[in-house]
Amino acid sequence: MYWQEKYETMSREELRELQFTRLKALVERLYNQVPFYKERFKEKGILPGDIKSLEDLKHLPFTTKQDLRDTYPFGMFAVPMEQVLRLHASSGTTGKPIVVGYTKEDLETWGHLVARCLKMVGASPKDVVQNAYGYGLFTGGLGIHYGTEILGATVVPISGGNTDRQLMLMQDFGTTVLTCTPTYALFLAEEAHAGRVDWDRIKLKIGIFGAEPWSDAMRKQLEERWNIKAIDIYGLSEVLGPGVACECLHQNGLHVFEDHFIPEIIDPDTLEPLPFGQKGELVFTSLTKDAFPVLRYRTKDISVLYADKCDCGRTHIRMERITGRTDDMLIIRGVNVFPSQVESVLLEFGETEPHYLLVVDRRGSMDDLEIRVEVSEKMFSDKVRGLEDLEKRLRARILSVLGISAKIKLVEPKSIPRSEGKAKRIIDKRLME
Amino acid sequence: MKVQQISVFLENKSGRLARVTEVLGENGINIRALSIADTTDFGILRLIVDDPEKAVPALKKGGFVVSTTDVLAVEVDDKPGSLSEAMRLLEQAAINIEYLYAFVQKNPQKALVVFRVEQVDQAIRVLQDNGVTLMPSQEVYKM
Repeated sequence: MYWQEKYETMSREELRELQFTRLKALVERLYNQVPFYKERFKEKGILPGDIKSLEDLKHLPFTTKQDLRDTYPFGMFAVPMEQVLRLHASSGTTGKPIVVGYTKEDLETWGHLVARCLKMVGASPKDVVQNAYGYGLFTGGLGIHYGTEILGATVVPISGGNTDRQLMLMQDFGTTVLTCTPTYALFLAEEAHAGRVDWDRIKLKIGIFGAEPWSDAMRKQLEERWNIKAIDIYGLSEVLGPGVACECLHQNGLHVFEDHFIPEIIDPDTLEPLPFGQKGELVFTSLTKDAFPVLRYRTKDISVLYADKCDCGRTHIRMERITGRTDDMLIIRGVNVFPSQVESVLLEFGETEPHYLLVVDRRGSMDDLEIRVEVSEKMFSDKVRGLEDLEKRLRARILSVLGISAKIKLVEPKSIPRSEGKAKRIIDKRLME
Repeated sequence: MKVQQISVFLENKSGRLARVTEVLGENGINIRALSIADTTDFGILRLIVDDPEKAVPALKKGGFVVSTTDVLAVEVDDKPGSLSEAMRLLEQAAINIEYLYAFVQKNPQKALVVFRVEQVDQAIRVLQDNGVTLMPSQEVYKM
């Protein structure tokens, strides 16, 4: 069940000691190797020697996405380029991309962390892993790929898209593990259920899904439609890539691999650290990365940390599945709205496809929220009354969960554009003026 | 006596009805009767076709949400008052009519009315006991 038992089940005291040793070394390295951090430390009047305990972490400066952009491309690297074996980068849709680098040791660490994830959900060298995360500069594809090889399982590097081929290989190769975004897994399931596969030849048992926020209700759908365990994996290229945290088979939050990362939850407004159990913005410090370490990186992801013991025996604390992002958050009539909240309402009804789109517009000085929901077979009625009743119930539930009223618009199946990567859930027309 | 009606969800945007009829045409399916119930945002197209078993998968494959419902095809004389008799019988039996639509058939002396009720079996009994003619499904499909 464990890939690196020593580290995964280390006592809390030992773990804290290890973290402290590693944190001290990290601070030393950042101060001496990365001018950006030296500058920040100086501004705060901190010297590496001031770090006397793990608690001193809270005095250290944050790193933001903007900082990473400002130092494009290699300003944050802590080793000379000849030691960098691989570069990955974000898509850069909102400006310059963020570039991250890995040394040989970094790639090994990464591979072992992904192997931990696979092992903790029951995968072994006997498994065939169909890796439908995108390959290329995005860390998802190659991250899972190397981890699978380190575990010793068979990897099918199919990358994203090409649905017919995905389903064909899944049957022909006897794929047992599927890795991709939850949205794409659902799309694949739709196609499979539309008569595209012979179910006797589907051997899938585990799905490892990440790279976008999803809900418990969506998990239930994926598990039912594929007859698998749907596992949540978390990671981001700024911190490592997939394999920063992963759920065990208890599916009760994602274990953060604390021997390599220190997670914190902060209040995004005051920037003060919050105690376990409180919701806020996730912050990560990478303890062991050589090429591209980050100190207190603000992820913009919203989560909660839990320190209670998990039945799997791992001592690493758990983070709640990502329920939204500070930059995904819509503010409608002064109310914070996350697409994931809408998703869980829709799935709660069990009558709708989890394909939806939030369209926000401004009429005069009023914000309008329209939620487009694809009609599923299960919810469809030959009576107008039946559909109007469904709209009414959805509207009432949205009002009670979000605190704002929305117009529900039922649309035909497949009329909301599908994505093979991250789903697009929002059209904010207020931003298009 | 139960006739299979096909209902299709349609968004109110141009070309959708054309697409449904296209799909049916491409699959050699003939429409016997149709009606649309519409609201501002969507419509429900109700169809009686010659081969419902073929039509449903064809429409689903075409990307539509489809359901089937049992309805009754009541044959009434084409003269004033004859429809009211059937309606009265259902009312007396406390059977609520969800919706209905009529169409003409080749026999000009008779009109055909499609009824959608919740209690289909009870409705069949009441109508037949009182001498109202229900058209068998196979005849409706063949019409």
